[in-house]
Amino acid sequence: MHYKTVFAAAALAVGLALPASSGTMDDVKAKGHVQCGVSQGLPGFSNPDQSGNWTGIDVDVCRAVAAAVFGDANMVKYTPLSAKERFTALQSGEIDMLSRNTTWTLVRDTALGLDFAGVNFYDGQGFMVRKDKGVKSASELDGASVCVNIGTTTELNMADFFRANGMKYEPVVFEKSDEVVAAYDAGRCDVYTTDRSGLAAQRVKLKDPGAHMVLPETISKEPLGPVVRHGDNQWGDIVRWSLIAMIEAEEMGVTSGNVDDMRKMATNPATKRLLGMEGDMGKNLGLSTDWSYNIIKQVGNYGEVYERHVGPDTPIGLARGPNALWTNGGLMYPMPVR
Amino acid sequence: MTVSGDAGGAPARASFWNDPRVRAAVFQILVLGGIILFGVYIVNNTLVNMESRGISSGFDFMTRTAGFDIGMTLIGYDEASSYGRAFVVSLLNTLLVSAIGIAFATLLGFLIGIARLSSNWLISKLAEVYIEIIRNIPLLLQIFFWYFAVLRVLPSPRRSFELADAFFLNLRGLFVPRPVFEAGFAAIPIGFLVGLVAVALVARWARRRREATGEQFPTVYVSIGILAGLPLLAGAATGFPLSWDYPVLKGFNFQGGMTLIPELVALVIALSVYTASFIAEVVRSGIQAVSRGQTEAAHSLGLRPGPALRLVIVPQALRVIIPPLTNQYLNLTKNSSLAAAIAYPDLVLVFAGTALMQTGQAVEIIAITMAVYLTISLSISAAMNLYNRKMALVER
Repeated sequence: MHYKTVFAAAALAVGLALPASSGTMDDVKAKGHVQCGVSQGLPGFSNPDQSGNWTGIDVDVCRAVAAAVFGDANMVKYTPLSAKERFTALQSGEIDMLSRNTTWTLVRDTALGLDFAGVNFYDGQGFMVRKDKGVKSASELDGASVCVNIGTTTELNMADFFRANGMKYEPVVFEKSDEVVAAYDAGRCDVYTTDRSGLAAQRVKLKDPGAHMVLPETISKEPLGPVVRHGDNQWGDIVRWSLIAMIEAEEMGVTSGNVDDMRKMATNPATKRLLGMEGDMGKNLGLSTDWSYNIIKQVGNYGEVYERHVGPDTPIGLARGPNALWTNGGLMYPMPVR
Repeated sequence: MTVSGDAGGAPARASFWNDPRVRAAVFQILVLGGIILFGVYIVNNTLVNMESRGISSGFDFMTRTAGFDIGMTLIGYDEASSYGRAFVVSLLNTLLVSAIGIAFATLLGFLIGIARLSSNWLISKLAEVYIEIIRNIPLLLQIFFWYFAVLRVLPSPRRSFELADAFFLNLRGLFVPRPVFEAGFAAIPIGFLVGLVAVALVARWARRRREATGEQFPTVYVSIGILAGLPLLAGAATGFPLSWDYPVLKGFNFQGGMTLIPELVALVIALSVYTASFIAEVVRSGIQAVSRGQTEAAHSLGLRPGPALRLVIVPQALRVIIPPLTNQYLNLTKNSSLAAAIAYPDLVLVFAGTALMQTGQAVEIIAITMAVYLTISLSISAAMNLYNRKMALVER
């Protein structure tokens, strides 16, 4: 036992130097839980609730994977990570998957040795300012101090935006998002920039949320989604299709409330395939036949998850917008489960 | 082989494998070989794994466009500069904060160390309380204290504290006028350099005269006079070709002038206050290490307390002080990497932070960063060793 502890410590210390293990699925089954990297607290996406349980739409992706693999959405352990730590934690095998409002970019998908398994939130970068500054548009931000989180696409987009518009700015770069918000709230910066969903979520942490406004411009595309290590395709497939199953369920009208009835009465072949009554989708993924049933029953479909964590009835209060189903004019388009 | 019993012969040689020197050499070679093999295994395995996971490697990224901006730059830098340039900018920021921190910590540390030995009860107790409190609180907490508790209560730019419409202090930092050098300004620094040479000559002449005749010469006052007078004369002759660029509140912030960002101020205060408490103890122990008899002997030779301290006590105390003082300088430099916690754009925040994230080349960047800190530390160490050798007791 002692020998094992020493070995684990050494493994952590040398990280990448240890032999690559491609079988994440086997590892996950052996240890009995999914180790999921999340944010250090972004309301609506991944944030501990009053009783200390992690909740949010990013957390629900982890829960969906656990439901698909174990049949129990609670078999997840969470690792809170800063933006700076997240990729090394995944590369070194400290976590099995990363579901942490992470933008899908070419460099991350290739040079960092990662794979994006899909998009669970379409976002774009915005700016927040104090109302009493009298700013109406992002083009009036010349000379402003801007608080931003390190290691994000936000940091680069901001540089691009100010450079493209020939404006000067002073970046103030923090490692933790809470520090960024605190610095902005104290007046160290004129502008706080991050993804628009992040602005909406962090706004509830400000002393006087009503004294701030989000400028109308969206300066970037930020497709956020779960990430796995490059080269482990089976595990990548499981994460990808767990997410797709949630979106497909919404399109089919299957919810956590009616999934049991649907299972008995469904006539639509697509719904039957989704619920594991036809075809052998589960077997192809290396999972049980009720993998998607477990996801929908225990976590819910994408629409339910959205409404529960970031929808108009929550403090975050974000309309579906681009995150609506494609059938409703949005971008959420599940690949066919067949 | 038989061992002969007669004592007169040469000592019997042990067989090859039982010779302690051979054994020692063999075991050392084995251990060294093991370590090298382990190192080769680690490096090779890392490369193979990075290759198999498609993680890019190599140092090509240093010439690529960085694409991000840095809050404080001592040399020209913009978003179109390379990662290599960003590295130099952040390295300079680290060196700047270390150099200022070392200067202030030394000054404060010597003052408090001497105050600690004062015969005045109040002064000595105050110094003791300072040392005991400051050196027992973790540095990171102190940095947070100065940055989040002290500097955050400053007013917004519109309500800045101001002095003579030229100096402004607010939440965004201290804004001071920037000197603009015009043609002919070079005369002033040249005057200063000439002054330096003159001071060195005067000091040498004064020492020779003292050694020959025993007469004292007020070298310090004369030196100050020369160093201040020559540049002033040069300036007066050229009509002071210097103007000032004043900071002006325009839009969100002050534009123009020079800015001392609050992150730098908080870091310098925290680092120097913290390190000074250790230096104070080093200084106290150094002075106490000089035996009381030395002071008494100096006094009995007729030296007044000032010269006694300067000529007898301090040179002996310095021998004890310098090696542990070097350690404190190294600590301060390494501790400056805590800058990342309060957004001061140092090597760790910019290079091992933003650049690492944007390129994803963790192994290369962390290796470079470690090599840089190692180089800085070894350089400080080498410089202090040189100084130590100069101050060490010369046996005649």
